[in-house]
Amino acid sequence: MCAKKVDAIVIGAGWAGSILAKELTEAGLSVVMLERGDERATAVEGDYPTSIDELRGAIRHRLFQNLSQSTVTIRNMPDQEALPYRRLAAFLPGEGVGGAGLHWSGVHFRVAPDDLALRTNVVARYGKNFIPEGMNLQDYGVTYEELEPFFDKAEKVFGTSGEPYTIKGKIAGNGNRFAPDRSDAFPLPAMGEVYSASLFRSAAANVGYHPYALPAANASAQYTNPYGVQMGPCNFCGYCSGYDCYMYSKASPNVNILPALRQDPKFTLITKAHVLKVNLDADKKKATGVSYLDLRTKKQVELDADLVIISAFQFHNVHLMLLSGIGQPYDPQQNTGTVGRNFVYQTITTSRAWLSPKQYTNLFVGAGGAGVAIDDFNSMNFDHGPLGFVGGSPVWVNQAGVKPIAAAIGGPGGKAPTWGEGYKDAMVDTYRHSLTIDAHGSNMAYRDVYLDLDPTYSNAYGQPLLRMTFNWKDNDIRMNQYVVGKIEPIIKAMGATRYSLGMLKDGEVFDTRRYQTTHLGGGAIMGTDPKTSCVNRYLQSWDVSNVFVIGASAFPQGMGYNPTGMVAALAYWAAYHIRTTYLKNPGPMVQA
Amino acid sequence: MKYGLFTRAAFFGVAALLAGSVSELRAEDTSALIAQGKYVAEASDCSACHTVRGRGEFAGGMEFKLPIGSIYSSNITPDPTHGIGAYSEAEFSRAVREGVRRDGASLYPAMPFPSYARMSDGDIHALYVYFMKGVQPVAQAVPPNGIPWPLSIRLPMSVWRAVFSPSVVAAQKDVNRSLPDGIRRGAYLVEGPGHCGACHSPRGMALQEKALSNSSGSLFLSGGAAIDGFVPTSLRQDQRTGLAGWSEDDIVQFLATGRNRRGEAFGGMTDAIFHGTQHLTDADLHAMARYLLSLQSHQPTLSAWHYDPSAATALQAGDASAQGAKVYVDHCAACHRSDGRGYAPAFPPLAGNPVLMSDDPASLVHVVQSGAVLPGMIKAPSAFAMPAYSGILSSQQIADVVTFIRKAWGNNAAPVTAATVEELRKSAPEPTIQKGIIPLN
Repeated sequence: MCAKKVDAIVIGAGWAGSILAKELTEAGLSVVMLERGDERATAVEGDYPTSIDELRGAIRHRLFQNLSQSTVTIRNMPDQEALPYRRLAAFLPGEGVGGAGLHWSGVHFRVAPDDLALRTNVVARYGKNFIPEGMNLQDYGVTYEELEPFFDKAEKVFGTSGEPYTIKGKIAGNGNRFAPDRSDAFPLPAMGEVYSASLFRSAAANVGYHPYALPAANASAQYTNPYGVQMGPCNFCGYCSGYDCYMYSKASPNVNILPALRQDPKFTLITKAHVLKVNLDADKKKATGVSYLDLRTKKQVELDADLVIISAFQFHNVHLMLLSGIGQPYDPQQNTGTVGRNFVYQTITTSRAWLSPKQYTNLFVGAGGAGVAIDDFNSMNFDHGPLGFVGGSPVWVNQAGVKPIAAAIGGPGGKAPTWGEGYKDAMVDTYRHSLTIDAHGSNMAYRDVYLDLDPTYSNAYGQPLLRMTFNWKDNDIRMNQYVVGKIEPIIKAMGATRYSLGMLKDGEVFDTRRYQTTHLGGGAIMGTDPKTSCVNRYLQSWDVSNVFVIGASAFPQGMGYNPTGMVAALAYWAAYHIRTTYLKNPGPMVQA
Repeated sequence: MKYGLFTRAAFFGVAALLAGSVSELRAEDTSALIAQGKYVAEASDCSACHTVRGRGEFAGGMEFKLPIGSIYSSNITPDPTHGIGAYSEAEFSRAVREGVRRDGASLYPAMPFPSYARMSDGDIHALYVYFMKGVQPVAQAVPPNGIPWPLSIRLPMSVWRAVFSPSVVAAQKDVNRSLPDGIRRGAYLVEGPGHCGACHSPRGMALQEKALSNSSGSLFLSGGAAIDGFVPTSLRQDQRTGLAGWSEDDIVQFLATGRNRRGEAFGGMTDAIFHGTQHLTDADLHAMARYLLSLQSHQPTLSAWHYDPSAATALQAGDASAQGAKVYVDHCAACHRSDGRGYAPAFPPLAGNPVLMSDDPASLVHVVQSGAVLPGMIKAPSAFAMPAYSGILSSQQIADVVTFIRKAWGNNAAPVTAATVEELRKSAPEPTIQKGIIPLN
């Protein structure tokens, strides 16, 4: 039987996939986007008040991956047996149209330019020996100046709210003074600041730091983006992370791209289509298409294409490459191969300050992307020389709206009793009068932290699960401890009545049972050397030139910023070069 | 599709069953004519009734439920057996403009032939060429009409036609009446193919439109009876309940996208825009807007709406003691705001919204009960949905909140009782999310 043929297949209907599908249909290609989850329409299931049901939403995982069909196995050390991640906790991959881009919070950063060439910068400033043994520190192979137009484009599509520092070299606002220069203003002004954020702003400034409004893909006003789609303004209801936004004010592929994309007759979206593998020709140099399982009919379907875009969630991208035989799997013993190499995460710890009973922080109020941050201890913005570690953390009050069940699960914190009247009083005190400050930091890549195929466990379709080997390392623990130490004077300047500092402990092992962040990265990293990277600077596979792998899987190491802004910019960057170069002359865009 | 008694429902037609020759078309530049005809079909909103999802384009089959039985829109594709392929152009013109089927029987006047009588010979010709050559034939019968004998006898329709439908000659004479500069094209589109009066003009005892053009007086487009539970507003320069205060650009944006700073389309108007007006050129939309703005008020005694800040001031001070205020804060204010100004175009304003100030609260109550969906349009791809509250709020709560909304912000419309809401529950449309065009965003 002949397989159907289209110009391009896009795997995954999240941000990366939706951006690529939009760009490729604009270029005149017929595009089929395959999504293994359900159709998700914010105007239907995300409508008010249906969407803001915490039990059904964040607690019972309405928008998250169904682990009963496929999951990952996890272990801390290479000598351990990995076990399946059967209950969502540490990280929350999405499923269904919009992917994790539907249930994200909305913090929408660009990148710290120094992070794009972190190895070069660390070596230049501190010498090669500064890099700890076993750390695979690498450059992205692309500069901020090259990416800037695509950050700008992504912000305009997302309807991002923020305050600039400089535009075209001139000071244009009271934004982040460590942020790189911009070609244009944010499309919307910064979000309003809740009480806790404004307290943090003044206290941080009093201590001598440089507070700024978090750039948020939560619309601060009504907005129409370049695709003509419309957003309502955020009302700080707090149902961002884990939810579809009934105000249409949190950017998502569903609200910001797909309404326009769906009008294009060259675009086809197929849901309940679980891609089993990318099919390659005999010498594994060209992809011929994909095989997917139609989850409705349980039948395998072959679909041919000239171009295959792997743009699922970070670790699904790596999994699909390993299952398809694209590139050489990483071998930590021999230190050969690239697929699965440089798997990274993010460090995040939360500190809490309690204020006087007259000061109401009302933790139920908030917006997922809004808040006030400092970058004084992020990236290369401070002297690492005497500190002896690589990396850094932004520090912020990002009051995203703590829902009642989540607040109860989190407990009152501090030294409160665990039951009875004292517990209840402390819960109320914490919910009304406390605030939290996060250190949301980088995580470097290491030789013995990686992704490969699990030898024991398989998914519902008989394919081996992806195995994560991950643990915290001394460099990142010390970085976190150092930055958290800088939070203490801010809390004191706020006039807190009491506080607790959250930080990684010496020798702490990664615990999968507690939510940390969904900001997983690496495993199919970009770079300039095919021996140490999976894809070139255009996110094109070194090995199979008609395959592009788009997403946080391309990050060589975990950065302090949230990844979505960078993912979107890389997606537009790759799409631009596919449109302007690759399609005219298909083949490798960088010679290996 | 369910229609109430005083609705488009009373009518309907164009069943073509007899055989005949397919084409009298000369060899001419048909592609330009097909394009023109397609445009005329869009301006005439043909597909709103003749295209049903799941059947072919223009293959008919839309159900009109009448108290005496159901009738179905006909297949108007060029299929010679099930469609209108056997029609000559003269027969086609007679059906469209005079309401007479090829076999001589009268159409039910759900087909707005009293308005279509105004269509020019050129547009009819283009429309005919389009339906014969630009539309795919669909060999599919529509369900037989379910009206039992003797009510199925179409003779009374012929009498109705003779009494209430203008002759083509009379209609054309009215089209060519003296009109101020710059509104002739708009008058033609609104009064003719656009058949806006089919919904927005009041009807008489025999369900005839009381005025078919502005030359018959200010009843024309002064607001119609409920359709699918929603009450068409006045399109004249009536204060509070009409288009007074709307600019030309407001009207153009509304007809192009179903939304503007003053409100959003709902009910049957979303179909009229989705299938019809969004496809028109800017020049034609401006022409329609200019014409509408030229229509004098039918109720000149109505005073202008002025914003009254007292309700917003009270809510913002934490005072929700007014009837319905607490329900409003809990269920409505997140999107429509305590000041009633909304966040247009995503969330329409309630303050000064003509739909809410009507004497008849049916539209407002039904939107609260059943919700509303504005589908994505070509120039505004985003869909927006208002949730249905009939399963969440009691009739008393709906009466309270609707009373609040009708009173606040200077709206000053009459209160609504729980009994009225309970009665309107019977005619409430299905919750919109569960039917029609499902929004995908």
